[in-house]
Order: sequence, then C-alpha cells, then structure tokens
Amino acid sequence: MENPVISVNAISHYYGDRRALNDVSFDVKRGEAFCFLGPNGGGKTTMFKILSTLLVPSSGTARVCGFDVVRDPAKVRRRIGVVFQSPSLDLKLTVKENLRCHGLMYGLRGSEAMRKIDEALSNLGLDDRRNEPVERLSGGLQRRVEIGKGLLSSPDLLILDEPSTGLDPGARIDLWDYLLRLRKELTLTIAMTSHILSEAEHCDRLAILDKGSLVALDTPLRLKREVGGEVISIVAKKPEEIKLLIKKRFKLDATVVENTLRFEKRNGHQFVPKIIEAFPGKIDAVSVGQPTLEDVFIHRTGHRMRDEHPNGSDE
Amino acid sequence: MRNQNLMSFLAELVYPTYALWMREIIRFVRQRSRMIGVIGSPVLFWFFIGSGLGSSFRSNAIAGGTNYLEYFFPGTVLLIMLFTAIFSTISIIEDRNAGFLQSVLVAPVTGSSIALGKILGGTTLAVLQALIFLFLAPFIGITFDVAHLVALVLLLFMVAFGLTGLGFLIAWRMESAQGFHAIVNLFLIPLWLLSGSLFPIDGAPGWLRLLMNINPLTYAVDATRGLLYRQVSSHVGEFTLSVLVVFAFGAAVFTGSILSVRKK
Repeated sequence: MENPVISVNAISHYYGDRRALNDVSFDVKRGEAFCFLGPNGGGKTTMFKILSTLLVPSSGTARVCGFDVVRDPAKVRRRIGVVFQSPSLDLKLTVKENLRCHGLMYGLRGSEAMRKIDEALSNLGLDDRRNEPVERLSGGLQRRVEIGKGLLSSPDLLILDEPSTGLDPGARIDLWDYLLRLRKELTLTIAMTSHILSEAEHCDRLAILDKGSLVALDTPLRLKREVGGEVISIVAKKPEEIKLLIKKRFKLDATVVENTLRFEKRNGHQFVPKIIEAFPGKIDAVSVGQPTLEDVFIHRTGHRMRDEHPNGSDE
Repeated sequence: MRNQNLMSFLAELVYPTYALWMREIIRFVRQRSRMIGVIGSPVLFWFFIGSGLGSSFRSNAIAGGTNYLEYFFPGTVLLIMLFTAIFSTISIIEDRNAGFLQSVLVAPVTGSSIALGKILGGTTLAVLQALIFLFLAPFIGITFDVAHLVALVLLLFMVAFGLTGLGFLIAWRMESAQGFHAIVNLFLIPLWLLSGSLFPIDGAPGWLRLLMNINPLTYAVDATRGLLYRQVSSHVGEFTLSVLVVFAFGAAVFTGSILSVRKK
C-alpha cells in the first residue's frame, strides 16, 4: 500500500495546563480531501500548526509527506503548501509581486518562476488583475491569491486553516469548486480545518475534534448513516419532562440540547403523529429530517457544535 | 557537487533574503507618508530644540566653539535612523501572527534569511533617509568630498544595521504592538537621549556618564560626529574604538535575531 501523505500517531498537546489535543491518531491518503471539523477550541488549529511545522507537539509523532514534522521540518516545508486563516498576502504588493516574493522563498526565480506565476494567474482567473495591489481585490479574490500562493511551489499536500473565513456564501461556493477542481487536475491531497458543517460535506473524509479528542473519523455519508434513521427534534417548554415521558412510553433515549429534544428513529415520519397525540399542548414544534453532520456531532458528543469561545482564537 | 551546494545556498539564503528586502523597499515606496513622518519629526526636533537650546544655554562643554545646531546634527541623523528602524520592525509583530511572515515561516527558509532580509530592508531605508537629511549639512557649514561621503555611508550603514537589528530582536519577542511602543518609550528613546546626541558626555554627572559609556549608541554618535566634522585624523584611537563598538553591536543583535527567529 502507498504511504499515507499524513500519518499522525498519538499526538497530544498542552498549552501550559490546558490540553488542546488528546491522543489523536489518523492517516490521510494521497489524493484525499480531508477535513478537521469541530468547534473553535476543539483543537483543529493546534493540529493545523503541528502539521505545518509551526508547533512542536507535547507528545506523539506526525509524519507529513514521509518526513517527521519535528525532526525534518525543512523537508516537510518543501513539500507542503499552507493557506492561513488570516491573510498572508502583503496588501501593498501587487498580485504578481506577492507570488514572485513567495516563489523566491522556495528558490523559484527567473523564467521558471515567471512560467509558474503566469500559470497560477490564469488558473486563478486573475490574469487581468496581476498588476493591481492586493488591497484593491475583493475578499474572495484575495483568498484565491492565497491559494495560488500555497500551490506555487507545486506541493504534494495543501493544508488550509478555515479557508472560507470572511467569505460570503457565493464566494464560498466558488472557492470549493476551485479547490475540488484543483484536486482532480493536480492529484493534490488537501487537509483543512473548518467549523462549518456544510463545508465539511465536500470532503472525502472527516475527523471530528471536540475538546481535543478525536470523536469521529469517517466519510460524511457513513457518519450520517450511523446516526440511524431520521432525526426527530421536538421543541417544548419543558423538554426534560417530555424526555422522561418519552422514555417511559416509547422506550426511547432522547438528548436535550437547549430547549430542544432530539432522538433518532427509523421511519421517523410515522412516529411524529404518535408524539403529537401523546403529549397534547406540551409540544411547540416537531420536525423530522435526514441526519446532518450536526446530528453526527450531537450523537457523538451529546452537545451542539458551537463555539466555546465565540470571540477567542483556537489557542 | 560544489555547484549543487552553491545552488542550494542561493535558493535557501540569497533568494529569500532578496525577496524580503525587496518587499520592504516596495512597501516603503508605496507608502510615501512614512517618509514624511520619519524625516519630518527629527528635522523639526533638530530645528526647534537646536535653535531654542542653542540660544538659551551657551555651554562651555561643547568643544571647539561649535553652536548647538551643529552639535545636535549627528544626533538627529541617529534619531532619523532609529525612527526608521522602529517603523520597519514594528510590523513584524502583526506580520508574524496574522500576516505575511506566517507563510515565510512555513517555507523552507532559514532563520538567518528571515532576519537578514528584514534587517537589510530597514537598514537600506534608514541610510537613504539619513542621506536625505544630510542635504541640510551645507547649511551649517559641513561639506563633503566623495571619499568622505563613502566613509559616512559605510558608517551609517553599520549604525542602521545595529538599530534595525535591535528593533528586530525586540519585535520578534513581542506579542503586541502596544508592548513594542512601551519598549520604544522606556528603552529605545532613553538609549538615544543618553547617547551624547543632546548633551555632551563630559558635562554629565558621574552615574550618567557611566550609563552613557556603556551605551553602544554613544559610540555611534561619536563616530558619526567624528566623520562629519573631520576630527578623525586628530582622534584616530577614539574613532577606531567607536567603529569597532558599532560593528560589534550590529553583529551581536544580528546573532540574537537569528537565534530568536526559529524559537517561536
């Protein structure tokens, strides 16, 4: 079997006393689009930093493109492209100057650099704006330049941290079309972090990180299937009371998240009328739906995926 | 084999250094308001403080009967370079945490390239701005010939390298720009005040004289003054010592900068 592009083995990391990653292991195969999904503070960005050689983990090992990130960071760096959450473009420089500057970091210069930059610019659809300072580009276009920068050195692996931060939904869709096309054309491996569920759906496989632990690792489809049947959500004023009643009457275990009661049930749509008849007046709303990744997250962790520190960073 | 070594040396050290240096220059050219700030305020300092102090106090300590505007001139050159060094290194803090330097840190670039590119960029700008200020020199009776000017540029380059290196060393360890401003006010500006820029070392009280003697900037001002007023031939020993201190200071802060880059 071909060696995995990323191989993480029992990584834990502490910031002082706070544990950011707890014994995480996984592999990413060549050509995969892989996503770390989880709330802010879940450990995604810590994992991103370790894989991009910016952070030495407290324990465990990580190999990227065949090299250990701690012992051979220079070899790893030569083989990866990294796209940061906050812009790494120099706003005062033009698109082309940014790319040229970045190319020089990888020893790319002269006609070879020119050829790659021209190629990147036409791939990015930015041919006509090459000589404009980056600050005049829209957020979506700036993001494209960031990705172009990450790909300029023809990496085996592209690592992205929250790539759609600050993009409107339209630009986000464009970005994904672009990323998935690149993966096909360049047989690139993509590893990214995200806290946006709809974004994780685009990936081949995902690792759900919560409070530093890996709580799920599989394809989005299989994870959703595992939830079992449909998801029924009941909004009620006294959800705990309904929970007990449901347990008594239907032998079903429900989870209460805020004022919503949720449980999984095969053929859930047939079950809805029974619920409404059983508790007249006590239920505000009932909905039934196919499981989403949010349901997977709740199923695995017992709580909703929400930012623990809405304004804080992931450190 | 040797050829290959040369190629990888170029790829890993020279090209990234050049790229970072170039970036500093381009940024500066596109933000011309920076030039006004960096040159403008020291010129005003020089003119107002120089004129005001010069006519209020007639100090005997200032040797050779020079007037205060003349005395203050080398110190102003130093202040211009210090301001440039501060301006060009303060951006490191933001750049590293949420900007351009992030992607440099994950590129196969050595710590010395990062330090050298950034410091050389700041140094170049500092020397250029100091030279612009030197256009005022003829007004206070200083004239140059070519050899003189070349020597002066070399010296200013060394001084600016040390100052920018010091800025780099401090900025790289800082978490916020506010912290850097505190260091500027509590450390860098006092360093300049006690360099013999504003008042001569000979008239200062003993404890102050001690501080001034261990301040590397004192030697930078001394050497600059020596070259500007052509006192080198009469004070060869002192001038050599000053140049050596300036050189050693530059080497020390540069070494410190390289060491701090990869620690983060």
